[in-house]
Formats: sequence, structure tokens, C-alpha cells
Amino acid sequence: MFGIWDLGFGIFPVTFSSMSEPDRKLLSGNEAIACAALDAGVALGAGYPGTPSTEILEVFSSLGGYAQWSPNEKVALEVALGAAFAGARAVATMKHVGLNVAADPLFTAAYTGVTGALVVVSADDPGLASSQNEQDNRRYAVAAGLPMLEPADSQEAYDFTAAAIEISERWSIPVLLRVTTRVCHSKTIVQRRTLNRPAAAPHYERDVQGRVMIPTYARLAHRRLRAKLAAIAQWSETAELNKVYSPGSPGGELGIITSGISTMHAREAAPAAAVLKLGMTYPLAVGKIARFARSVKRCLVIEEGDPYLAESIRAAGIAVDAQPEMYRFGELSVERVARILANDRSAEPQPAKGKPPQLCVGCPHRLTFETLRDLGCVVAGDIGCYTLGVLPPFEAMDTCVCMGASISVGLGLRHVLGEEQARRVVSVIGDSTFVHSGITGLVEMVYNPPATGHVVIILDNGTTAMTGLQEHPATGRRLDHGPAAQLSIEALAKAVGVPCVAVIDPISQRDRLRGLLEESLANGRLNVIIIRRPCPLAAKRIRQVQPGQS
Amino acid sequence: MPDGVVNIVVVGLGGQGVLKASDILAEAAFAAGLDVKKAEVHGMSQRGGSVRSDVRFGREVLSPMVPAGRAHFLLALEDSQVEVNREVLGEDAAVLRPGQIDISKLNSPRSLNIAMLGLLSAHLDLPVEHFVAAVRANLPPAAHGANLAAFEYGRSLK
Ligand SMILES: Cc1ncc(C[n+]2csc(CCOP(=O)(O)OP(=O)(O)O)c2C)c(N)n1
Ligand code: SF4
Repeated sequence: MFGIWDLGFGIFPVTFSSMSEPDRKLLSGNEAIACAALDAGVALGAGYPGTPSTEILEVFSSLGGYAQWSPNEKVALEVALGAAFAGARAVATMKHVGLNVAADPLFTAAYTGVTGALVVVSADDPGLASSQNEQDNRRYAVAAGLPMLEPADSQEAYDFTAAAIEISERWSIPVLLRVTTRVCHSKTIVQRRTLNRPAAAPHYERDVQGRVMIPTYARLAHRRLRAKLAAIAQWSETAELNKVYSPGSPGGELGIITSGISTMHAREAAPAAAVLKLGMTYPLAVGKIARFARSVKRCLVIEEGDPYLAESIRAAGIAVDAQPEMYRFGELSVERVARILANDRSAEPQPAKGKPPQLCVGCPHRLTFETLRDLGCVVAGDIGCYTLGVLPPFEAMDTCVCMGASISVGLGLRHVLGEEQARRVVSVIGDSTFVHSGITGLVEMVYNPPATGHVVIILDNGTTAMTGLQEHPATGRRLDHGPAAQLSIEALAKAVGVPCVAVIDPISQRDRLRGLLEESLANGRLNVIIIRRPCPLAAKRIRQVQPGQS
Repeated sequence: MPDGVVNIVVVGLGGQGVLKASDILAEAAFAAGLDVKKAEVHGMSQRGGSVRSDVRFGREVLSPMVPAGRAHFLLALEDSQVEVNREVLGEDAAVLRPGQIDISKLNSPRSLNIAMLGLLSAHLDLPVEHFVAAVRANLPPAAHGANLAAFEYGRSLK
């Protein structure tokens, strides 16, 4: 229950609020991170929506914090980095795959470090509740050389966010806060605290060697980074972030090393076991882990996702058991941990299939997929609500890899396929996805046009519907739905040099879509068709927040 | 309850108010001074897919997810979702179904979730005023009357 401040290393003194009742709340992990960011004086939060991370910035904004959606995660991380260079406390939020997009600045920000604080929230999705892969971003902490904290519930999401800010400031290093679907979206009780360390007023101090990563300076920065990590590893040995739960007497039979939500499943499934819960999963407190492993007869690592802890602990020369490979897939649960403890490798019961989601009745995407199906197109697809076009009754999507890939993958198909097939290839991308990472694909199309031309359909429903109706640069509204400059997708397409740009309403101009698509497929030129009609759910939401606008 | 933790699973389809019902339930247990955890998966719920939300409360709750075979109550806002979630039911678990509610008694069919919650509340050892307060806190004022009536109606059915 009590955070790392009990440690008494003293640079972040805390007083518990006297009004404890109103400050104790049932919060989701995302809400808790937002509250902590606010209470710890975060000056800027930037991100791009992505389940399960999205609510962090929405709540931070609704509480009065400054939060913004950026066009994509790379931009968001860079904006937050700039703020942290200026001495502010900043947070960047994204889902796990968003960190792939932001990986370029991430790795070099590890070298430059920060003046204020920078916390990068990576919301992983083991079990793929709403994602295209289940990558384990603990690997990024190792690869980039950045400390990583992993909370297990909302109280820890709150406490660890504050701790991440503290670590970031103390060692002038960005910190990764890794949360998972069950931490982000579960509600547990949170006690907010008064975090008594006001943020310094932003101010720029020139530090050319520290901030300009030309090879001469970067070589030095790499050494500085490794020295910081060594110091943090040392600190981690006694940090309360890494906790031992020992229900029985020392020298017990079973010890479990784990982190994050898996701790909860493990403690429930094995109430008699000693548990070492690693709150900091990089760098690892190797000494503490070794002592714990020695203190029990059998030491087992339980972790969701990749065998990251097991491999790292073994590489440090500590003998531990790892769970069978079959438990790498999907989420863990109390039942699955019980199976791991029993070394049960038999096939697991398959959960009954629920009803899959579908495009809403009245969804403006429907007509597009009916038309693509009827014309027998090869559809290079993308990610959003419209990915549901892959399911019956449409079955009109052939590829879906990552955000933005529709345009470029479609071009690759066009370049090599024989003419008859190439002429049927269409790229389909949503408006938010287009702004996120489709623009460079369009530039590529104009720069390296396929011999048969190409057709790009942009599904402009005026929102980021998939993740819960967020704004983006082409909606003309900011994160808090206030007015912003509006990016014109058609003007942009023309500006990059696309010769044929059309805009069509799939409801009022329903009958024209098929003809327009047929002409575009036949003309051998470069075509962008913008299919524009607001998502009815977004339109309703906007009417609620901004009466008089649609 | 054997382990001192009450396990409730609320299921239905996107748009039926599963998450709202489980939020209210969790807050009522919280207000009663218990440890509470609530788990669900967001993302697809607005598009009509299956939705499940787990609420657990007691002296100390660890995992937020109700383990298979351990639910004491399954609150189903949609009959078809009972079968899909059968594995979660414990021995002697009570399954509450929409058929137990006479929709014509509600001001609006959209209050089915709150009526079902009223029905469930009659089985739980939680003070009714915490439910009432949580209904008020989680719904817009204009909806209080209809939903509090739905809650009372559901609660009267046991
Ligand atoms: C790199 C990355 N960031 C975020 C996401 C989460 N995500 C999936 S699709 C999507 C955008 C959907 O918006 P849009 O393209 O406008 O389509 P819509 O859902 O509105 O139909 C987002 C944010 C992701 N899959 N990958
Ligand atoms: S939320 Fe909007 S864009 Fe998504 S399926 Fe429903 S109507 Fe279509």
C-alpha cells in the first residue's frame, strides 16, 4: 500500500492527505496514471490514441492538465522530450506498437537524457484484446537502455508514475512505465497523495555536448548512459519498488519471481509461496534476486509474455525454473498460474467464442466494403474500425500489418503483379491512420508510381473511432474537442502531386461510388478517393460537447 | 463465501450497459468499506460484440479477474451470453437472466442493466444506500428517476 517514499532516500517527501476519504477512490490504472501526472506537476502530456493507453491523456486533460494528441507516437515522444529538455516534467503515452513508431527518438533520448522528467508510458496488450500483435515491450528497456517500472494495480500505477518522474529527474534519464491491459482497465482502490516536490520552472540551459548527438558527443553519451544504468541498478537493490511477500517462514519450499499483474495471479494461486515482485524490471536488482532465489528450495519465474525475466536472471548466473513455452501466449490468469505451478502442459480448455464486434448499423464504412467486395478488388487494408471489413458479410480485406502499411503495401503489390491483378489493387486507410503514417506512403506513390497507377481510398469518418472517438489533426478539434486548425486531406493529396483527387459522401452520393471506383481502377493514373461522412457515434459525441457543431 | 471474496461476472453485448452496471456495483462495494477490483477489456464494446466485466470484493482481493469455476453470480443482460461464460460459474452459482425482468415495468428498456443490478443487490450483503448513491454518481441527473425506479423494481423481485 505504501509507496517507495517510505524508503527515505528523501528527495520526494510525501505527506498523506488529511482528507483521506475523498482522496481514496476506485480508479482504473489509466485514471491513476493521469492523477499521478497531475499531482506530480506534469506540464505536458503528448500521445497518440491506442488501446489500452488512450484514457490516460483524456483523463489528464479533464483534470486540468495540458494534454495533446500528436499525429503519431514518434512526434508525441519528441514533443515530450523537448519539454523535458526545457526542464519540465513530461509524459508521452502510447500502446505497445506505438513504441515501435517512437523507437527512433527513444533510443537516442536515452543518450541525451533529460533536464526535467520524461516518462514514456508503454501500454502492452498480452492476449491481443485489441491489437495486431502481443509484443513484449520489456525488451525495449533493455535495447534502448532505459529504466522500466511495472505496476501491478492502480495504486502502483499512481505510485510508480510518481516514482518514474523522480527517477527520471534524479538520473536525468527517460523512464519507461510499462502497463498492460489488465492494469490499464482494471479498477482498484487508489489513495492519492500530496507529492511535495514542486517542478522547477522550465528554463533552457545550453548543453551542446549533451543534446547534439553527433558521433563525437554520442560516444561520450553512450558511456554516460551505461554509468547511469549501473547506478540505478545499484539503487534498485534496496528500492521498495521490488518487494518480497513472504507468508511463511524463510526457507520455504517455493519462491516465485514475477512482475506486474502476474503478481496478483501468482499470489492468489500460490498463497503459501514467497513472492519477489519486481517493480523495476530494468535494470534488474540482481543481488536481491540471487538472495531471494537462495532463500527458497525451488524458485520459479512467472511472467506474462516473453521469457524476459527468466532469460535475464539465468544469464546473471542464477538458477531459476521458467514456465513452459505454451504460457508465453496470451494473458496469464489465476487458473493459468495454477497450471504452471502444477507443471501442467496438457492442452488448455478453449474459451467459448463470444459474439465478435461488427461495423455498426449505419456505419459509413459499410458501402465501401460492399463495393470493394462486389468489384473483386485486392484490398491492402489498414487498422481502424474498418478492419472489420475483413469479416463477413464483406470479406473485403487482403492485408493488414501496421498503421499506414495499406498504401505502401498496395504499391509493392502493384509494382510486381501482372497487369490484370495489379489493376485490381486498392489501398484503404482511415483518416486518423492516414495522418499518423499514411502521408509518407502517398509521397512514395507519387515519387515511385506503379506502371498501372494506383487507387488509395481514405475513409474520412472525422474521428479516430477504433480507440473510442479521439480527435486528430484533420478533425479540426483538439484533444479536449476545442477548435484547432484543420488539416485538409484533399489539399494535402494535391500538394504532394496526386493528379486525381475526389471526395464523395457514401450516403448522399451512394450510387456514384461504384462508378467512381471503376473509373479510377481503369484510368491507370494515381487516384485518391476520400470517402467522407462522420461516424454517427462521433457526431453524437461532438453535439454533446459542442452544441451547434457537427 | 469460502475464500471471503465475492465474485460477480456481468455479461452482455456492446451498448447494453454492462460496464455501467459493473461500475455501480463496484462503487457500492467500495463505499461499504471493502477491497474491490473490477476487470474488463475495452476496445470492441461499442460495436456490439460480447462484453464481460468482473467485479470482486472482500477483505483483500488479489487478481482482478474472476477465475474459472469461481463466480458466485453471473448477471447476464443477454441470454446468449450465459452459455459463452458458463466456465466461470462456481458450484451453486446464481445465474440472473433478463427474463426475470418484466421490461414493460421499466420506464425505458435501456434501464434493464440497472433493474438487473437491483435484482442482484437483493442477494448481496451490501447496504442499499450505497447502490442508490452509486447509481446517482454514475448516471446523468435526467436519468436518475427512471433508473432508481428500475433498481427498486429489480430489487423487489427476489
Ligand atoms: C502504432 C499504432 N498506434 C495506435 C494504434 C491503435 N489504433 C488502431 S487503429 C487506430 C486509428 C483508427 O482511426 P481511423 O484510421 O480514423 O479509423 P476509424 O477507426 O475511425 O474507422 C488506432 C489509433 C495502432 N494499432 N498502432
Ligand atoms: S464506431 Fe463509427 S466508424 Fe466505428 S463501426 Fe461504428 S459507426 Fe463505424
